[in-house]
Amino acid sequence: MTDSKYFTTTKKGEIFELKAELNSDKKEKKKEAVKKVIASMTVGKDVSALFPDVVNCMQTDNLELKKLVYLYLMNYAKSQPDMAIMAVNTFVKDCEDPNPLIRALAVRTMGCIRVDKITEYLCEPLRKCLKDEDPYVRKTAAVCVAKLHDINAQLVEDQGFLDTLKDLISDSNPMVVANAVAALSEIAESHPSSNLLDLNPQSINKLLTALNECTEWGQIFILDCLADYAPKDDREAQSICERVTPRLSHANSAVVLSAVKVLMKFMEMLSKDLDYYSTLLKKLAPPLVTLLSAEPELQYVALRNINLIVQKRPEILKHEMKVFFVKYNDPIYVKLEKLDIMIRLASQANIAQVLAELKEYATEVDVDFVRKAVRAIGRCAIKVESAERCVSTLLDLIQTKVSYVVQEAVVVIKDIFRKYPNKYESVIATLCENLDSLDEPEARAAMTWIVGEYAERIDNADELLEGFLEGFHDESTQVQLQLLTAIVKLFLKKPTETQGLVQQVLSLATQDSDNPDLRDRGYIYWRLLSTDPVAAKEVVLAEKPLISEETDLIEPTLLDELICYIGTLASVYHKPPSAFVEGGRGVVLKSLPPRTASSESTESPETTPAGVPTGEQPDAIPAQGDLLGDLLNLDLGPPASGPPLPASSVQMAAVDLLGGGLDSLMGDEPEGIGGPNFAAPPAAAAPANVGAAMGSGLSDLFDLTSGVGTLSGSYVAPKAVWLPAMKAKGLEISGTFTRQVGSISMDLQLTNKALQVMTDFAIQFNRNSFGLAPAAPLQIHAPLSPNQTVEISLPLSTVGSVMKMEPLNNLQVAVKNNIDVFYFSTLYPLHILFVEDGKMDRQMFLATWKDIPSENEAQFQIRDCPLSADAASGRLQSSNIFTVARRNVEGQDMLYQSLKLTNGIWVLAELRVQPGNPSFTLSLKCRAPEVSRHVYQAYETILKN
Amino acid sequence: MIGGLFIYNHKGEVLISRVYRDDIGFFHVKRSNIWLAAVTKQNVNAAMVFEFLYKMCDVMAAYFGKISEENIKNNFVLIYELLDEILDFGYPQNSETGALKTFITQQGIKSQHQTKEEQSQITSQVTGQIGWRREGIKYRRNELFLDVLESVNLLMSPQGQVLSAHVSGRVVMKSYLSGMPECKFGMNDKIVIEKQGKGTADETSKSGKQSIAIDDCTFHQCVRLSKFDSERSISFIPPDGEFELMRYRTTKDIILPFRVIPLVREVGRTKLEVKVVIKSNFKPSLLAQKIEVRIPTPLNTSGVQVICMKGKAKYKASENAIVWEIKRMAGMKESQISAEIELLPTNDKKKWARPPISMNFEVPFAPSGLKVRYLKVFEPKLNYSDHDVIRWVRYIGRSGI
Repeated sequence: MTDSKYFTTTKKGEIFELKAELNSDKKEKKKEAVKKVIASMTVGKDVSALFPDVVNCMQTDNLELKKLVYLYLMNYAKSQPDMAIMAVNTFVKDCEDPNPLIRALAVRTMGCIRVDKITEYLCEPLRKCLKDEDPYVRKTAAVCVAKLHDINAQLVEDQGFLDTLKDLISDSNPMVVANAVAALSEIAESHPSSNLLDLNPQSINKLLTALNECTEWGQIFILDCLADYAPKDDREAQSICERVTPRLSHANSAVVLSAVKVLMKFMEMLSKDLDYYSTLLKKLAPPLVTLLSAEPELQYVALRNINLIVQKRPEILKHEMKVFFVKYNDPIYVKLEKLDIMIRLASQANIAQVLAELKEYATEVDVDFVRKAVRAIGRCAIKVESAERCVSTLLDLIQTKVSYVVQEAVVVIKDIFRKYPNKYESVIATLCENLDSLDEPEARAAMTWIVGEYAERIDNADELLEGFLEGFHDESTQVQLQLLTAIVKLFLKKPTETQGLVQQVLSLATQDSDNPDLRDRGYIYWRLLSTDPVAAKEVVLAEKPLISEETDLIEPTLLDELICYIGTLASVYHKPPSAFVEGGRGVVLKSLPPRTASSESTESPETTPAGVPTGEQPDAIPAQGDLLGDLLNLDLGPPASGPPLPASSVQMAAVDLLGGGLDSLMGDEPEGIGGPNFAAPPAAAAPANVGAAMGSGLSDLFDLTSGVGTLSGSYVAPKAVWLPAMKAKGLEISGTFTRQVGSISMDLQLTNKALQVMTDFAIQFNRNSFGLAPAAPLQIHAPLSPNQTVEISLPLSTVGSVMKMEPLNNLQVAVKNNIDVFYFSTLYPLHILFVEDGKMDRQMFLATWKDIPSENEAQFQIRDCPLSADAASGRLQSSNIFTVARRNVEGQDMLYQSLKLTNGIWVLAELRVQPGNPSFTLSLKCRAPEVSRHVYQAYETILKN
Repeated sequence: MIGGLFIYNHKGEVLISRVYRDDIGFFHVKRSNIWLAAVTKQNVNAAMVFEFLYKMCDVMAAYFGKISEENIKNNFVLIYELLDEILDFGYPQNSETGALKTFITQQGIKSQHQTKEEQSQITSQVTGQIGWRREGIKYRRNELFLDVLESVNLLMSPQGQVLSAHVSGRVVMKSYLSGMPECKFGMNDKIVIEKQGKGTADETSKSGKQSIAIDDCTFHQCVRLSKFDSERSISFIPPDGEFELMRYRTTKDIILPFRVIPLVREVGRTKLEVKVVIKSNFKPSLLAQKIEVRIPTPLNTSGVQVICMKGKAKYKASENAIVWEIKRMAGMKESQISAEIELLPTNDKKKWARPPISMNFEVPFAPSGLKVRYLKVFEPKLNYSDHDVIRWVRYIGRSGI
């Protein structure tokens, strides 16, 4: 039988002919015609005109013909929705067929017809098929629920299919279980909060049983689903790991990778002291190595994943360096990836072996590969202390005189200098010999940097740089910038001989260049040199921070996220799914489980990674809801509303001054350039600028000190983590609220746990119950470098816009930096809103107390508070809760207290203190009774701390 | 999940297109002139997609042989039928050819003739625990063939030092057994031998190497992995016909069957002298076969003169190599080839890549030292016993890729 003939008919009038054939009485002819139609469809011809004729062929006993018609329907139903209804009857009938294969075929196809009108007819047959006696039909129906959900999610929910699907997880047939898991996982992705999968130890046990019995694909679905489960403690994690490890011996590498994902994730929870932990580490290595003997495409997937794994847990593969040595016939993408992993595994112990390999690679012919090999040597030097071997290897390579090898070598040697300053200058001479062969911008820039940096040790540095300067305008920007800096460095080191040179480069940069970066840098140097050469020396020749290998690593927070995606596209791209998946699907943020300890284990709390919410810490605001809309639309600049506090006005002044400075700078330009010597162009502006900056800096300082909890103010809670680094691309924010002589502030501690510098911070609040709003912009002057922490106090006003929140004291905050905008919410203690003039007159108190209806009274118990009435009163007073009157009834002290909130709400309190009894009774009366509970909480916090 | 699957020919014309969802994003594998591409828009399991594409190739090959444009066009109806069955809404389903062939046939009209029992047997097999084998298989002669196929991979430094060597082996089984036989496979795995105890100490002393250390192994899905994990025993119900039971990797005590000693001398700019000695390093009673040594020559070679002691050698200009073939060679022997290569003077700056000398061979033993100890067959329902099964075991050692 040869079907290829169907591909060949291309004559005119074809559709017409086909139509006639489709309506023929002869079965064989009909079938032939449908095949022709399908062939045309495959090659992209439009045969939708034949829709009614093809659908007419649907009523047939011939299974092959039926399948072909179904195939046609799936393709064209969307373009002919009205006609598609014609097919519904046959589908419904087929769903009742005695043959399970036909029942399944019908329900499978119906689900693929993505037409809204059809879906309502689909529900009844689908419901039956989900409970069919035959597992083949059930497994097909399970997938069909996912199909239907994709077309009409609401319908699936309304019809209760989700519950039926959940029941299928306990089905006796493993394949039904696997498909149900796959369908549920997919549906759950579009409902991040629905808790659809609702995994618990019982259902996990069922999945693990099915895991042993189902097809390889089913095993993948189940393992991927298991990876999203959060075991309740390390024991459960271990027992799941034990049952997943056998999968590491599966022939299907996707099964292996998914098992690795589960293990890598749950290992987080295991204590490193456990024997099992080290057993698991040992078990992981061989299967990962075996993945490298798969087909090249899979090898690549495996290597990308191994790259993540060695960054997360280098100990797993530390002895397996040799398996990553490249083979002569590896495809280039495999070679490059192997090289990357080799560097990650390089250590003091194996550096000699690695270097010998890398040196071989550097003599290969593939240019990309050679370049990467040379870079790799440099990265090894930076990673492994004692770079002598690497440097001598690089020098050997320079001797080859192969242009691109030399250039790469120069680039990496520059990096080595930055890691080990003043250690390998002896090689400079060799580098200078090869100056002429450098034609790539990166190499030229690197070489220029080296010459400038070590100008005092290179006798002819000025000649070398002068050589570069000749073709200044033909160089790329990075070389120009580097040349400018290098000559300035040279001038500062040898001022007598190089004045002409520096004049020349400054005028080239400022006068003849239209690149603003270059011009700006030129002016800055010019001014620095003319105003204060000593300062210039301090600035330009300042000690530079050492570089470290971490620059090549993936950020820890991203890495943790990617570990949760082992085996998937995200792990191949090394990007989170949100970066490449369109729309909201599949972008639920995954994170590694926190390391936990079972109850009797005495692990100290410090081992809990910072930023993992425990107990009642605030959650990040879920990315939905109208509230957020407000937040998102807000401009993150300085707040427009609210009276600016002194701090912000100082800042404004500084901005003005700077602006003026800039103006004068621009105005002075022609003079500055025309001047023969270092005329100081912005003579007056510069010192003024400095002064202003100092001023604002100082006022900030004062701000800070006043913010740090002094004893006279309200109670200040210790800082709690509000925004964990994992949720904010490395930015961790912890903070607390203070109230000090009438002003409220938010004391923040910002920590950069990412690998890149953070700048451009801004903060904004959502509308909240008491109108809290920042009274000044978030002032973080210096960029926040990695691992740096900055403490800042943000003054707050209560004149922002008001919206009642649930809970009442909920505050939603958006923080922006150069990376992204992050959202979190926190609960503020109510006592920061207790104003200083909250003491009510006695008479007034009595009258008000009577006036407020008794249903507004709330009573609370404050337990375990061993304070005397006096001490309690004193402590409360410092937080602006004032004792109006006091009496002693039957040995109990009754304190009558009042307080006023910033929005003018009065709260009256009766505090009953029994000597010798640590339990206080608090009765609160207020016209707005919903604040009572929060006032009680404030009482409790104040009294107990 | 997989959004759609396409098969293209080398010109980029679509041969097969089956769309499951409205998705984009590509994975592809190539088989001769044919590209299989899967598309998706989601963060799919990439490893699974590639595994599936390979599997798809296997299934197609099992149905109609070689994957070529012609074959795909000839079987496009069948391929659509297969795709409908093995990929549902982008989720791979049972893709074992053994099971598929029971109900996806090129006749297509089988359904009318099936009895109810047959139908439910099909569905339970497709969805069941033993999806790879159908019930009711009968052979008059119960036979099985075991091939231990090993390839030796070696990485050597230019100084002749062995950097790493490993054997990747496969145990391929052809089973022609009746019923649902329960099989147990045993080999001289070090861990198993050591576990079994010291009783057999005399056996160890008889010949040097009795057990081997296996670095890692993977199994066909018929093998009960949890049992292997706990007891390290390999038990399974095999598919009918040929399948790959296991793959393994060893790195310790590998017998390298040959040693190749090259000597290259550049005589001026237009001449190259090459001498290659090969030494066989195994028992003299054994014979290696199909030996082929491939010596790459520079691109600007103008002429080659070859002298070899044994076999035939030829310069193949189209392949830029001297190919030296020896039909048979016994163990502990040595042979040599010398060649004079004449070069055209060239000013081509691009360097010659100097590809390594490669060698292919086949030896009748397993270089890793692996031995099959037993393969027990139990079929409780049918009345044939372990003794009635005829077994054939063969060892082949080959060069790596």
